[in-house]
Order: sequence, then C-alpha cells, then structure tokens
Amino acid sequence: MILGNVLKKLGVVLMAAALTTGMTVKASAKVEGDTVYLGAAISLTGKYSTNGAHTRKGYDLAVEQINAAGGVTVDGQAYKLGIIYYDDESTPARGAQLAERLIQQDGVQFILGPYSSGLTRAMAPITEKYGIPMVEANGASISLFQEGYKYLFAVLSTTEQYLQGAIDLAAETAGEGQTLRVGLAMENDPFSQDVRAGVIADAERLGMRIVIDDKLPPELNDMSATLAKVRALRPDLLVVSGHAKGAALAIRQIADSRIDIPMLALTHCDAAQVIEKFAEKAEFALCASQWAPGLSYSDDLFGSARDFADLFEATFDYAPPYQSAESAAAVMVFADAFERAGSFDPLAVRDALAETDMLTFYGGIEFDETGRNIAKPMVLFQVQDGEYRVVYPSGASEAELRHPTPRWSER
Amino acid sequence: MFENLQLLFDYPSLGVDLVANGLMIGAIFALAAFGMALVWGVLGIINVAQGEFVMLGGFVALTAAGLGVPPLLTIPLAAIALFILGWGLYRLVIFRVVDRDLFVSLLATFGLSIILQQLSNEIFGADVRTLETGLGTLVLFDGQIVLAEIKLVSFVTALTVGLALWAFLKRARLGQAIRATAQNARAARILGIDTDRVYAATYALNAALCGAAGSLVVMAWTIHPYIGLPYTVRSFLVVIVAGLGNIVAVITAGLGLGALENLAGFILGAEYQIAFVFVLMVILLVGRNFWLRRKREYLE
Repeated sequence: MILGNVLKKLGVVLMAAALTTGMTVKASAKVEGDTVYLGAAISLTGKYSTNGAHTRKGYDLAVEQINAAGGVTVDGQAYKLGIIYYDDESTPARGAQLAERLIQQDGVQFILGPYSSGLTRAMAPITEKYGIPMVEANGASISLFQEGYKYLFAVLSTTEQYLQGAIDLAAETAGEGQTLRVGLAMENDPFSQDVRAGVIADAERLGMRIVIDDKLPPELNDMSATLAKVRALRPDLLVVSGHAKGAALAIRQIADSRIDIPMLALTHCDAAQVIEKFAEKAEFALCASQWAPGLSYSDDLFGSARDFADLFEATFDYAPPYQSAESAAAVMVFADAFERAGSFDPLAVRDALAETDMLTFYGGIEFDETGRNIAKPMVLFQVQDGEYRVVYPSGASEAELRHPTPRWSER
Repeated sequence: MFENLQLLFDYPSLGVDLVANGLMIGAIFALAAFGMALVWGVLGIINVAQGEFVMLGGFVALTAAGLGVPPLLTIPLAAIALFILGWGLYRLVIFRVVDRDLFVSLLATFGLSIILQQLSNEIFGADVRTLETGLGTLVLFDGQIVLAEIKLVSFVTALTVGLALWAFLKRARLGQAIRATAQNARAARILGIDTDRVYAATYALNAALCGAAGSLVVMAWTIHPYIGLPYTVRSFLVVIVAGLGNIVAVITAGLGLGALENLAGFILGAEYQIAFVFVLMVILLVGRNFWLRRKREYLE
C-alpha cells in the first residue's frame, strides 16, 4: 500500500519533470521583440582568454554588421541578431554546464561555438541532446566529426589539413627522382597529433621518408634534443606543431643553434607573434593559417577579405587574427540559414544549415554530412621581409615561395 | 631508439653538443634548487610554488624590459621583485605553517602555486612570451658545437650566484643565523636569534633565486603562466640527489640532471624526456630509502 503510494507519487513527480523539460525544449526560440538571440559560452578568462577575446570580437563584428544592414528577414519580417555570452573559464566542464544553461534557462535555440576543440567536444553532446544547432568556428579536431553529430557545423578546416600544404609545396620543389626526407616535431596532444596524422598520410602518398618523428610533451620548454637530431639528419622539411609555444620555441632555438633547414613549416605563427618577436629569425618560415586578409574571397556583407581586415582593425585597433574571421563567418552562416529556413524552428534551421552553400570573405562554406566545411582550403604563409605572404594554395597566393632557406652562415 | 644511439656513435660531436646544452639548462635548475634546499633545510617546508616563482621572475623581466630596461639588467630586478614578494608571502601565509605538519605546508604552498598561476594569467595573459636579448650564438670547433650566448650567461650567473650564496651563508651575519636556525631552531632562539626574521629572509631569498632563474628562462626559452610545474619537479629532484646542506652538490646535481635529460630526450625521443625525469626521481627516492635503511640497521 505505502509502497504503491510512494510509487504513484514518484510517477507523478517524474511525469511533471518530464513535462517541464519537454516544455522548455519545445518552447520556441528566444525572440524578444524583433531580436533573435544566439548563445555562446567562450573563454573570456583562463588559458584561452586571448583567443576567446578574438572569437567574441568576430561574433560581435558580424552581428553589428548584419544588424546595420537590416538584420535577417524571416517569414517576411526583419529581425535583429543578439548574442547571450557566458564565460566558460577555459574549462570543458564549465562549458558543458553553460551550454545546458543557455538552452534550459535562457531558452536559446542556436549556439555559436566556443574556442578550442576541447571545449567544443564538451558542448557538442549537450546541443546534440536537445537538438539545438551549433555552428562553430574554433574547434578543428577531426575527431569532432567522427561522432555522427547531426547538429554540429564547423566553418573552419579540420586539423589533419593544417600542414598538408607544406608537404605539397615541398613535393613541388623536389628534384627528379629525389626522395624528400621529412622531420616531424609534434606536441603530444590531440590537436598536434591530428596534424601529424595528416602530414604523414600525405608524405607517404608522395613517397617521402619520415626521418624524425618526435612527440613533444606539452610541458616541454626546450627543443634542443630534437634539434640535435635535425642537425645530424638534415631533413629537407621540418614540420613543427605545438601551439604558440611550439612555434616560438622552434623559431628561437633553430636560430640560436644556427640549424640549417631548407624548409620549416609551423602552426600558430601568428598567435606566437613570430614576426614581431623574432624579426629576421622568423624569415622563410611557413605558417599554416585558416584565413588571410590577402585572399581573394568576398561577399556582400563585409566586402573582400581585405575589407573585413580594415573594418576589424578600425574597430578593435589590431589586425584580425584568423580566429576572428572564422567566428564572424559562423554568424553569417546562421543568418543565411535563418533566411533560407524561413523560421526559427531549430530543426528547420538545422536542415537549412546542412544545405549551406555560400561564398564569404572567409572562403566558401559548404558542409559535408559530418558537418565539416569542405569548400575552404587551408592557407600557408611564408614570412618574407617581415610580412606574412600567402604562398599556398597556388590559386590564391600573393607571392612566390622562397626556397630553399639560405644557410645561417650566408644570411 | 637504437637509430638514435647509432647517430650518437656516428657523430660523437653531437653528444658533446647535447651535453653542453644540457649543462646550461642544468644551471638554471640548480639556481631554483638552491632556494628549494634552503627553504626545506631551514623552514622544513617543501615549497611547491617554486616553479611559479620562476614563472613570475620571467614575467617581471618581461615587464621591466618592456619599460626599457636592458635585458641582462632584468636579472637582478627580477630577483629583487621576487625577494619582496617572497617576504610578503611569508608574512601572509608561510609563517602560519612553519612549525606544522609537512602535509599542511605542502597544501599551503600548493594553494599558493595555483593562486599565483591564475593571477599571472589574469594580469599578464595566457600567451607564450619570450624576451629577445640581442645576444648572438657561439659557434665552436668549426660548427661542431653551437651555443646560444644567453645560455652561457645563465650558466655563469648560476655558478656566480651559487658561490655568492655559499659565501653569504659562511660569512655574513644573517647567513650564519640561517645556518644556526637550520641546525636547531630552538637553540638559535635561546641564543637570541630572531628565527622568525630568519625564516622570512630565507623564504624571500628563495623567491629571489627563482626570480633570477625565471628571467634567464624567459631569455633562453619561453614562459607562460602554466610553465611552473616542471621547474618545481626538477628542483625537487636536484635537492633529493644533493641533500639539503651542500651547495656544491646542488650545482653538480643540477648540471648532471640537465645533461642527462637532454641526452635522454635525444635517445628515447622528446616524448620521454619529462617521463625520464619522473622515473629518475622514483628510482632515486627508492634508492635513498634503501640507503637510509641500511644505515639505520648499521647503527642498531
């Protein structure tokens, strides 16, 4: 009897709970007056705070620009865009909580991605659970797109593509019948290991030989052991990936130890500010980038890539890093999907997102079934006379590749 | 691994180069380890915030250089700034845990390390930073050995500071007081030594040593708010090997660790370089334990 009563009460409670959650999820998108809100949890404090700020500025600039141009027109009515921000403190657990909060408490139905693959990985299961579309611009890890997520879309190129361009370029410089020798120094973290997998696959496809394959521990503050190998084995191409820390260390120590490498390719040069900090020591280095102001892409909202860069610099007083550009592009993708969906229903917007096929100042955007953008290649800069010049892909390049890098004794 | 060994045999100069570079790194470890040995010996505290002091020293050097101070002059500046900070931290936190259980002081300094990390993240930002000295590179023996001059500077600095510290402890009034307190705090107090002041001075001195090390780290390598831990672990390792009271042993152990670590990084691969440090630490701790037990049995 008593047990039955308890069970009955429990059932009522559970049903009520189910109803309330059901209602919050089904509630229509957060629209106040003529403003539709997107939600974003990004790293305003903690170890990603610098890139978190770049991300936010990209989002803000795009929202401002879209609103100034009249907002988005959905079902014949014009809406402005707004963003509700939270600080995820650069920790994945907090990011997941905040995604829950944005959806459950704030009633947001559209999420803009956080900064970094790690945080995106923490938030994606939440948005997936509630069927809320997330367009992200700063989670590049290929593993994000192997989970079968239906509501996750990324405007940026995935990690394995980061330095494949360097392999292509190296192959172009190889002499007849020459087997190129490649050295790898990759941080032992998911991002750099993805990059490594991409590089190895391409190198093997093109018949190159990997002669050094060092995995740098994330705490490492010194590359001299790896560089000693480089000095002895003289690879034709050295590929380094270890975020800003790896780029700074590589440039500094290669110059300090006067190690001659015909071609050096890196990630995160701009984050490490290699030109500002190392000046001529950074010359000839190749740097992977998602985007560059010198590219020939353009759209109706911002104009050309160069126009975006000028507007960004006029607004925030510094040249836009690619993190800001791709973040702005993510907002544009949402705006475009709203208009094509003709409603703020999450499912309709998701379907519209999946059909995206647009050209922006950031590059082409078109998603495959896993949610990756397949219409935009990675870019390679070379540091030439104290400036980044695009040298790859060849169609969009600004300058000729300078190769090989002269020996230190001849500089 | 074997091809790396083969490489070492094929190019013997490579080994010399690795050891030379390792010795320079080791000098910086030794500098931070002096301080840890002092604090451990005198206050009986294992300072887990050691690496954070190194990191802060680097940021002080960066800030000073940003204000126009010549890079090499930032070394004493970082030491002075960290001395003041160390004194303040002693007055604020450390004096409360001096006579307590080791566990309490471990927790307290661990807490300090987290606070310092987060504060520097807040103040200086999370970016990886480095300071250009404008110094060149030494190329010796027809390019067989290549040394960055800044590494030589850190080597010489560490040795000089070690010597100065040794002289200070032997000759100076405060140095003698520090040694007396380390030997027997109660007796020192009875003889009129203000042990509280001695503790404060020791802790501040430790911070100053780390500060100097940090300014060298930012000039030779890179620095960011989360760089501290490897430096804490390495000073700990050096102190375990060298013991608490022996400055020459600290220098030797520091240099040895630097050289071994670099060789291990080369032979085993960079991914095992830090693992090697930890494994070495475990082996040494176990070895020491056996050694001590043997002694004890002998005494009975």
